[in-house]
Amino acid sequence: MLPRFWRKIKYRYNLIGTKCENCNTYYYPPRNLCPKCRRKSKIVEVKFSGKGEVLSYSVIHEAPENMKDQKPYIVALIKLEEGPIITAQLVCDSSEVKKGMKVKAVFRKCGEEGSAGVIYYCTKFVPENL
Amino acid sequence: MRKVAVIGVGQSKFGELWDYSFRDIVLSAGIEAIEDAGLEGREIEAMYIGNMSGGRFLAQEHIAALIADYSGLAELHIPSTRVEGADASGGLALRQAYLAVASGLHDIVIAAGAEKVTDVGEKAVEILSSGLDREWEVFNGVTLASLFAIIARLHMDKYGTRAEDLAMISVKNHKNAVRNPKAQFKREISIDVALSSPYVAEPLRVFDCAPVSDGAAVIVLASEEVARKYTDTPIYISASAQATDYIALSSRRDFTTMDAVVFAAREAYKKAGIEPKDIDVAEVHDSFTIAELLAYEDLGFVEKGKGAELIREGVTELDGELPVNPSGGLKACGHAAGATGIRQAVEITLQLRGEAKGRQVDAETGLTMNIGGTGATAVVTIFRR
Ligand SMILES: [Zn+2]
Repeated sequence: MLPRFWRKIKYRYNLIGTKCENCNTYYYPPRNLCPKCRRKSKIVEVKFSGKGEVLSYSVIHEAPENMKDQKPYIVALIKLEEGPIITAQLVCDSSEVKKGMKVKAVFRKCGEEGSAGVIYYCTKFVPENL
Repeated sequence: MRKVAVIGVGQSKFGELWDYSFRDIVLSAGIEAIEDAGLEGREIEAMYIGNMSGGRFLAQEHIAALIADYSGLAELHIPSTRVEGADASGGLALRQAYLAVASGLHDIVIAAGAEKVTDVGEKAVEILSSGLDREWEVFNGVTLASLFAIIARLHMDKYGTRAEDLAMISVKNHKNAVRNPKAQFKREISIDVALSSPYVAEPLRVFDCAPVSDGAAVIVLASEEVARKYTDTPIYISASAQATDYIALSSRRDFTTMDAVVFAAREAYKKAGIEPKDIDVAEVHDSFTIAELLAYEDLGFVEKGKGAELIREGVTELDGELPVNPSGGLKACGHAAGATGIRQAVEITLQLRGEAKGRQVDAETGLTMNIGGTGATAVVTIFRR
């Protein structure tokens, strides 16, 4: 299971995505091909500021096995200030979260894999004023 | 393209079928369909099997050969092919079988869908999430329910849809399932029970979510000419359409519209030469109550944002103007992943033949809509008497 996660670590940990210089559209997760320009794509890597806004969210009460010790936890649809929209965990009190809330990216432990307890990390979000 | 007819249908029971193996379940549906069609095994020319994840649910791949074998067809050496599109696998198998007959390649073809999920226990829900983007959605802690919950919250904010509206869809589907002997949950629930059930992913509760079920369904298709030799009540497939979209919800144009459904539906109506108002009965993919509500809108039964009106006004009830999910739907009849698209087609066939007994509605034209995951694959099929 792990190699495919390691392969994308650079993008996952640093919030690095891509931009198509032909149409000026930003993508996260990164894409090798721009869906608007396809063969005319001019893809370059970009690091996002990590600032964004909550479009919608859900508090998860029934979690998969590797996430059980974290529940209830929040996942949100977040619009980054550069434009792309991503789904990520939001670390805050569930009474605090609301639509339009400003958030920023942080680097956190995401979960554990298997009985060896290999810890992996990912980008999560917290309220911007924190 | 030739006209294609349904000449036989069969389905297993749906639910936690502890006493039955994958092979048992498929065979029970298959025998029912073959008997219904009045066929002999040697007349079958090809098979298409919808199965989402035999590899992870059973550690068994090569499902198509296995099913042909245990259906007693090994020595006939017919082509048998598995088709996969997450929980739209059944719908895709139906479409492949349809194309095989419509093209003139084969005269009699089987479309089957089957899934055995309960052998893996709690892991079943996680395996079902393999229909999402594993690297960029599931890795971040996202579940299938939470994505539909995110959609539901947006629909509520934008269009004023209420939790009560979603609960009413669940109540309706449970009520219908009471009249379906093959259904998993044959009991009515009250709106209060639905609204006080625990949260799975806010704002969706237990009664907003379809179960993960075992089950199988089989349908026999034939060309128009051949169909007449087998049945006096052929049900014709007047259109089959399929579409895709971005696999991750976050990449989509509009989070409260399933564009793949809109495109597949538009194409299906055009091919059938009809409009949404001509549909008399529909089986739609209510993996979550919000998905049924989106289906009302994206299939064109009502304009975008007004889906809740159809359930509030009773339009989609069994005795309404446009009954939706008379079988009980995925919520109450059961959601056996790869079987669902075929099970829906079985229900519409029974309805159009007038053989749906206690849940019979008055219908000449029916529709099925089957999606994979949050709608990256959609299949829409139109049937008529
Ligand atoms: Zn571009």
